[in-house]
Amino acid sequence: MSSHDIPEENLPAEQDTAHGAVTVADEENPFADPGLPPHEHRVQDIDEQAARRSERTVAMLFTVSMLATLGFIASYVTIPTDKSIFVFPIGHLSAMNFALGLTLGVALFAIGAGAVHWARTLMSDMEIADERHPIEASPEVKTKVLADFKQGAKESQLGRRKLIRNTMFGALALFPLSGVMLLRDLGPLPGTKLRHTLWSKGKLLVNMNTNEPLRPSDVAVGSLTFAKPEGLEENNEDFQTEIAKAALMIVRLQPDNIKDKRELEWSHQGIVAFSKICTHVGCPISLYEQQTHHVLCPCHQSTFDLSDGARVIFGPAGHALPQLRIGVNADGYLEALGDFEEPVGPAFWERG
Amino acid sequence: MAALVVLLIALTLSGGLYAAFAPADKAQADDTAQSLAIEEGKKLYQVGCASCHGTGGQGSSDGPSLVGVGAAAVDFQVGTGRMPAATSQGPQVTKKKNIYSQAQIDQLAAYISSLGAGPAVPTTNDYSPEGADIAKGGELFRTNCAQCHNFTGKGGALTHGKFAPSLDGVAPKHIYEAMQTGPQNMPSFPDTTLSQQNKKDIIAYLNAVNGDQTDNPGGLELGGLGPVSEGLFAWIFGLGALIVLAVWVAARTAKAKKS
Repeated sequence: MSSHDIPEENLPAEQDTAHGAVTVADEENPFADPGLPPHEHRVQDIDEQAARRSERTVAMLFTVSMLATLGFIASYVTIPTDKSIFVFPIGHLSAMNFALGLTLGVALFAIGAGAVHWARTLMSDMEIADERHPIEASPEVKTKVLADFKQGAKESQLGRRKLIRNTMFGALALFPLSGVMLLRDLGPLPGTKLRHTLWSKGKLLVNMNTNEPLRPSDVAVGSLTFAKPEGLEENNEDFQTEIAKAALMIVRLQPDNIKDKRELEWSHQGIVAFSKICTHVGCPISLYEQQTHHVLCPCHQSTFDLSDGARVIFGPAGHALPQLRIGVNADGYLEALGDFEEPVGPAFWERG
Repeated sequence: MAALVVLLIALTLSGGLYAAFAPADKAQADDTAQSLAIEEGKKLYQVGCASCHGTGGQGSSDGPSLVGVGAAAVDFQVGTGRMPAATSQGPQVTKKKNIYSQAQIDQLAAYISSLGAGPAVPTTNDYSPEGADIAKGGELFRTNCAQCHNFTGKGGALTHGKFAPSLDGVAPKHIYEAMQTGPQNMPSFPDTTLSQQNKKDIIAYLNAVNGDQTDNPGGLELGGLGPVSEGLFAWIFGLGALIVLAVWVAARTAKAKKS
């Protein structure tokens, strides 16, 4: 906009000079305060036509928002959920999702854009200096408040009626105890729950995929199998609680490749069974590399060497994966020879 | 003339007799075809594989023994172009363009399975989605495969530069063979622990979440890796656009006189 189409009567008579608290430097105030810079007018302040244009722009944005909201409702009602469209560069997507997102976004954006344009072009933009004042109340106000308080205390008879005062203090003091009592829900302490799993002597190792007990011949060298204790079914009420501790990862190594003596003793013909729960923070861990015999935890990259007692070879885990001692029962099925000898999963305060 | 007629009759008779009795010898003919395939496969093996896996498939310091790996392993490794591998390998052998015809792969497979019994190449019926339970397949995939290959088979990182490849666009036959044989660092999932029906279910699940016909209501799946790529996109492009807009609004003065 050039200045020639601004009507003469709307031009400011002269540019404002500096305003606000202007001081010059003296002995008490070594720094001069130049005050605020002179106020500059916007086009809309001096040209009524420009102001009307701004008004129309803001109103248009708000109207767009209204239309978009109506569009949102209309898309929700009319577009079938399974309709798919192609939108560049997003590709194929649900028409309804796209319409809902677009209309909702436009509706919100237009409200914001209208408000910003309104504030920038039409609302007053005069800079105002607000001088500080002391926070302390005046002596008269202070005297009055103190007098009012004393009178109120006297009239309430709190000092005279000791029974009321004491019982009130008692009530107020006891009330927070109800909040403290809720903390009891943090307990009771887990006791030995963290130290024991469902595994015990004679429990069969049941394949998670087929729900059938495993035989040694089922487990090939280089294979990976997940097992649960016999008797634990997915529709059991406590399935999640129990499988979180009892989940088992079964791999078979060449017995010659097992470096750890105890691991070899606890295995059956090279079949070893380790807890599937990472000893760092308890993620299910089974990224097994069958050539290196390493198991990687996807959460924090703790790496365990299954050929060497599941020793930690990398990452933040603090303990080796607990191994389950296994053998074969009279019917030729793999069975546990007891529970894990140490707590499975992450360390805890009393683990020792 | 009579001699010629007799000869013709004799020829017709013997041809007819041969035609009548030949089907009885079909098994023998099959055996011959089989040994022919083994013979051809051996020749291909000597050219393409023997330098690493040894002249008799016994393995060397450059490649493992192939005795007992079975036809399925050959079909997977050669069919996906992983074998023959380059002489110097990175952390793992990756898939590349396959240079053998299916007939040649079958001959190689016949030769390798003649060295020692192993899993056979699955039939179309083994991995076709008919009769598969997709929901059960999803459950099995999350139990056995998702830890490395991600929830919808988009792949993921392992240790020391190794990785689990994306299963998007991998032929169902090759997925089946990979489960059966456990190529490279992937553990195997033999039929004894993951039944044939289980494998069929898993393949049907992958086809349902990754196939050509899969609906993607969100569009722009950003690799399908979940919150990491989505969050990165939102932080960089979403917040970036908002910052650019804020700077643009603030940089434009509303004053009539530019100063």
